[in-house]
Amino acid sequence: MNILKFITAGSVDDGKSTLIGRLLYDTNSILDDQLEAIQKANRKNDDGTVDLAILTDGLKAEREQGITIDVAYKYFQTERRKFIIADAPGHIQYTRNMITGASNSDLIIILVDARKGVIEQTKRHSFIAKLLSLKQVLVCVNKMDMVDYEQAVFENIKTDYEKLARNLKLEHVDFIPVSALKGDNIVAKSDRISWYTGPTLLDYLENVEFEEKNNSSWRFPVQWVIRPQTAELPDYRGYAGRVLGEGLTVGDEVVVLPSGVRSSIKSIELNQIELDAAHNGQSVILHLSDDIDISRGDFIVSATNAALSERSFEANISWFENKALDMNQVYLLQNHSKVTKIKIPEILYKFDVNTQERIYDEDIRLNDIGRIVVKAADDVVFDLNRDFPENARAIIVDPRNNLTVGALIVEDFA
Amino acid sequence: MDYLDHLEAEAIYILREVAGQFENPALLFSGGKDSITLVHLAKKAFRPGKFPFPLVHIDTGHNFPETIAFRDWLIEQTGEKLIVGLVQDSINAGKVIEQKGKNASRNPLQIVTLLDTIEKHSFDACIGGARRDEEKARAKERIFSVRDEFGQWDPKRQRPELWNIFNGRIHKGENVRVFPISNWTELDVWNYIKRENIALPSIYFSHERDVVLRNGQWMAAADCLNIDAEDRVEHRSVRFRTVGDMTCTAAVSSQAVELDDIIAEIKASTVSERGARMDDKVSEAAMEERKKQGYF
Repeated sequence: MNILKFITAGSVDDGKSTLIGRLLYDTNSILDDQLEAIQKANRKNDDGTVDLAILTDGLKAEREQGITIDVAYKYFQTERRKFIIADAPGHIQYTRNMITGASNSDLIIILVDARKGVIEQTKRHSFIAKLLSLKQVLVCVNKMDMVDYEQAVFENIKTDYEKLARNLKLEHVDFIPVSALKGDNIVAKSDRISWYTGPTLLDYLENVEFEEKNNSSWRFPVQWVIRPQTAELPDYRGYAGRVLGEGLTVGDEVVVLPSGVRSSIKSIELNQIELDAAHNGQSVILHLSDDIDISRGDFIVSATNAALSERSFEANISWFENKALDMNQVYLLQNHSKVTKIKIPEILYKFDVNTQERIYDEDIRLNDIGRIVVKAADDVVFDLNRDFPENARAIIVDPRNNLTVGALIVEDFA
Repeated sequence: MDYLDHLEAEAIYILREVAGQFENPALLFSGGKDSITLVHLAKKAFRPGKFPFPLVHIDTGHNFPETIAFRDWLIEQTGEKLIVGLVQDSINAGKVIEQKGKNASRNPLQIVTLLDTIEKHSFDACIGGARRDEEKARAKERIFSVRDEFGQWDPKRQRPELWNIFNGRIHKGENVRVFPISNWTELDVWNYIKRENIALPSIYFSHERDVVLRNGQWMAAADCLNIDAEDRVEHRSVRFRTVGDMTCTAAVSSQAVELDDIIAEIKASTVSERGARMDDKVSEAAMEERKKQGYF
């Protein structure tokens, strides 16, 4: 059994919360006391059935206003998989919340209202999927009950969306016709959509597999150095961190960045047991053959396929604060465990998030996505998004208030 | 990767980020299964070294004796440091006033003791075993959750948390609550405890004990429950699904004596874990309100 992390994108009107509620409800993931609490809250649909959307609205303000403000994580499990759902608001004023949720997901479910088809919001959500390099897009054409379950409606939307996917260069896209409200094709196959022969939503989520990009190179950001300095272990020095990518093996030639010092992997430890190799996502301890100076924030990488180490680069940025990006301000860039002072001396352009058109000569403000140049006070160790997406990501912190004000993805050399 | 391996690796990563980002962190230890799991994960994160933080227990004085015995055994086993904050000290100092009446509980008082303990030791990060599946307000909380100098959580001013990059920068006086097992469910914790063969206090397993019915739930018959002539004390076979203060943690009727029995029981259960917590039943937003005040 493994884990699938996905985000659902769509607005309240698209029935996003209803879809999640339906998935939880139909997989028996909602317990009696939780249902009781929902019934107590007394929110009903027009037809008198319990409003499943309330399951995902965790904050008082959200329940009062009937909207999702923040990202909520929901969990359910079948015999095949554990699922982590990032439930994020879909409205344009919450783009930052959606980006947050998407950054913690592998797959995105984009909800399209069968009556409305591909709209501005669909384009925005798809653009975010591309921006964050999500591995799979699943388009659920929802509210099929409102269009008499007509195949032509579904096929037209599919054709429209495929055009959009081509423009955005989204590679992995699938489609399912559903009605979250009525439960069609969510968990059980719908008789009312007999023309559709593909999997139900749950079947799909249980079985989808992703192509992993990085099966031949790895990065190891050092989080913590373990040095017990006890009588039994006077010389023990282990570098603790989590592996990115594949291929990390005992004996590998390595280079430590940004210093550039070379060595090799002497041993790999997991829970005080020695391993021959470590894999993507494992939290391990590395030992090197040479006694060199390495501390938190350094990167140990494969010498045959090293990461970049540069003081400037071009990146896509997503901005989270009311206060606009200030080109004179020093910000902090945090990538994995490393923090570096930076400035953003140039805004190349920003994107219209609905049409993806470039807009020039404008500030980057709350919920904006743009393309910038970054200049750093020291070498920053990273990869380009197209080569190694897991090592192209960083957050931006404003040192004046310590808030996370933005996120960036390195796209190119400056 | 197997799902338990994934959850374990993520939790270890988060614990190491705490070690790297903070000067004076602590691990909040309640004696319950979630914080016991955290101690196990900390061993995986930092051995053969020592933990870069002490364990901190906020003791209401109404804990199950089995929990306290287990806590002391675990400290002995791991050789790590324990700091205890006593709610009784807060009462003696006049900082809090004990509730009156039959259903009096020290559970809400521990917020004050917790905040005082954090201040006294200048902890800048407190690791806790809360999970997002427990309660709907917790489902919205970040893994690194910043609290202001009054320990308060502001759900509307949470920092966006992207990928696995955690921003733990704070001003002096603020602190961060860190939840490494946010993405675990109750069932995940039990499956992990079984896989890793983690020892637990005996009250998690079915045992015979005197219980008393309060507000429709079976509570352990202890002095702190103010048992009077109206109460009918019964001897039943029960276990506890969560372990908190005796005044707010209800027992469930159970014959589960092995971990496999417990796992089967949870899979078949139609009531959530916090369904047996009186403290959550006060109002729909009970947890959110307590978190805003500084609760775990």
